[in-house]
Amino acid sequence: MNQLVVMPVLIPLACAALSVLASRSARAQGIIGVVGTGALLAASILLLRTVLEHGVLALQIAGWPAPYGITLVADTLSAIMVVLGGITGFAVAIYALVDIDADRREAGFYPMLHVLLMGVCFSFVTGDAFNLYVCFEIMLIASFVLLALGGERMQMEGALKYVTLNLVSSAIFLSALGVLYGLTGTLNLAHLHQLMPGVAAEHPDLVAATAGLFLVSFGIKAGLFPLYFWLPSSYHTPPVAVSAIFAGLLTKVGVYALIRMFTLVFGDLEGAHRLLLILATLTMIAGVLGAVSQYHIRRILSFHIISQIGYMVVGLGLMVSPDPDVRRLGLLAAVFYIAHHIIVKANLFLIGGIVRRLRGTEELRDMGGLYRQMPWLAALFLVPALSLAGIPPLSGFWAKLSLFRAGLQAGQWVVVGAAIAAGVMTLMSMIKIWNEAFWKAPPETDATAAITIEPLDRGRLAVLLVPAVGLAVLTLLIGLFPGFLFDLAGRAAGELLDPTPYLEAVGAVATGGAP
Amino acid sequence: MLIFMAILIGVLYSTGVYLMLRRNVVKLIFGLFLLGHAANLLIFTVGGLVRARPPLAAVGADAPPPDVADPLPQALVLTAIVIGFALTSFFAVLAKRVFLATGTDDTDALKSTES
Amino acid sequence: MRDSLILRTTTRVIMPLLLLFSFFELLRGHNEPGGGFVGGLLAAGGLCLYMLAHGVDDARRVLRVDPRVLIGVGLLLALAAGLVPVFQGAPFLTGVWAENKVPGIGKVSTVLLFDVGVYLVVAGTTLLMVLSLAARDEEEDDPC
Repeated sequence: MNQLVVMPVLIPLACAALSVLASRSARAQGIIGVVGTGALLAASILLLRTVLEHGVLALQIAGWPAPYGITLVADTLSAIMVVLGGITGFAVAIYALVDIDADRREAGFYPMLHVLLMGVCFSFVTGDAFNLYVCFEIMLIASFVLLALGGERMQMEGALKYVTLNLVSSAIFLSALGVLYGLTGTLNLAHLHQLMPGVAAEHPDLVAATAGLFLVSFGIKAGLFPLYFWLPSSYHTPPVAVSAIFAGLLTKVGVYALIRMFTLVFGDLEGAHRLLLILATLTMIAGVLGAVSQYHIRRILSFHIISQIGYMVVGLGLMVSPDPDVRRLGLLAAVFYIAHHIIVKANLFLIGGIVRRLRGTEELRDMGGLYRQMPWLAALFLVPALSLAGIPPLSGFWAKLSLFRAGLQAGQWVVVGAAIAAGVMTLMSMIKIWNEAFWKAPPETDATAAITIEPLDRGRLAVLLVPAVGLAVLTLLIGLFPGFLFDLAGRAAGELLDPTPYLEAVGAVATGGAP
Repeated sequence: MLIFMAILIGVLYSTGVYLMLRRNVVKLIFGLFLLGHAANLLIFTVGGLVRARPPLAAVGADAPPPDVADPLPQALVLTAIVIGFALTSFFAVLAKRVFLATGTDDTDALKSTES
Repeated sequence: MRDSLILRTTTRVIMPLLLLFSFFELLRGHNEPGGGFVGGLLAAGGLCLYMLAHGVDDARRVLRVDPRVLIGVGLLLALAAGLVPVFQGAPFLTGVWAENKVPGIGKVSTVLLFDVGVYLVVAGTTLLMVLSLAARDEEEDDPC
């Protein structure tokens, strides 16, 4: 049963190996891609069910007991995240069947997609800080290749910025790990949780500095306020399928790492949570203001990722409050928000990609008239768009509602006000996309002259629509029956605040033991 | 020794940051490379600079003798070096492709994704 | 440089030696310095030498298989090595040793299998990188 924990890592690895072997046949790679990500999704759902039934699962790799070996742990949060990774991977693998051109397939799109998923899922289930670093690097190198595949000028420039900032983040992460190991003598997260109170009492300033390093490093990955500039200058450059999986998963790995580190290891560091709350509030506002000024679909959506990251981190930042109810509600809201956001945001990118295919451009000013042509596509766009803005009864409404409740209970009026303002502006820019792309009459000038993408026939359009419709249905389901996800998120929040089951599952981490 | 290492690490970090702030893509690579090595050296140093025996247990013994060096920081550094090698070589190829695609190595001229 | 007789002649002697030595390193790596990583690098080094002496196309011909196949097979071997103990109920990646000794190698184990996988992946990756970089330089007509 415990072996299940390693499945979300092994399945993508096997798929990567198989699709490298099948590198001559684009067809075989496509089949491996869809079947493999489908298997990943199935395994992750099984993992979530097992975790819900039997509590936290842990696997000591090669049988080395913690804290000496590498431990893989799946608590409710990890399991939820892995399921979300599986959903996004599956949707993107289907979409990529049409979206990724032959050159990029031959250059290794599918193997890299699997490696990326492996890195993402591995970072969700690892219970070791250094292993987390390695997972990040696996994920990064795959994302570098995916971003640069194809070699168009815009892509190259975007990739340079993305790679540089992410490598800086990795270097900071590595330095933080070094200092942390020097302080505590361990890198196992559960063991760190046990040693941290003693170390923090002895060296409060060093612990604060280390926490600051982690905050900056994960903040770059997640796209927090002053550290997000790489995101809007790179996410709109690669093919849509790549953008979608980046938008859905990569920044959320940063948020996950923030949540894990600042509950399990630095859970009692009040200053860090206060800083996180301030940065998150600024992130919400800065991201949404960036989006308002844009007229390029994927750039608008990229800025919204940043703003939404702010909402999630607000949930974590509410741990400043000493009230356990508020803390629990804040973390619950953060987890709920992540789940809602990954599904919605990946879907918006996918639908934006369909619009781009139909109009040959992503510049909103050159579009229009899509509603008359395809009213159902307009309706499909509205589901994730309104959900992102938080209109009831869609998933985003419940996510925002629980966040506002937590914020109000904590008495953080400024934060709640900023969140409401950011929500209104999100709605504004979603309406802007709707108006410009779907509602208004197409511009007089013949924009079709600039089309470089091959036109769509019905069959290919249908393939592109399958994942978009699937994700939209998921959004509706979460919106109409939020109870299930609320229970899951509540359980995850409970485990984050009281990690006893986590520690017990990792097991045998006796007191002390620093070498 | 510790002071010397601390100064060395500081110099590496500051040189790395300085190089990254230049406008040249090649210097950017060197800067990142130095940052990575500064971090490696930091791990190595805070892991404990001691003169000690290698952590090997004799045949038949359960544990190595006392006063052995901690092998973990070295394993961490080794992993980080290999990863850094891969990332740096990727970055070098990327920089070449950027130059071929854009015709410039001046980072200030690479602004077309920003508007 | 591709026409150097000296390089070609020495390569004929050194490349087999390098490949042989890479196997030696692979097998000895369990308890002593060596292992799949170094072995793979040595093997790739041998073929790179051949490439320098005879050109990229000849090197590909000598290699016979696409480097990507090496990577794929290596990954699958390493994966299989990790999965063997799972079927015996032990955690993933636990070392499992065969009962009987094989002459010349000793007890065969999943650890060795894993190392062979690493060997193939490292050799394949290095060759893929070097061969494609060198091919591009040959196309550009000014090897740098």
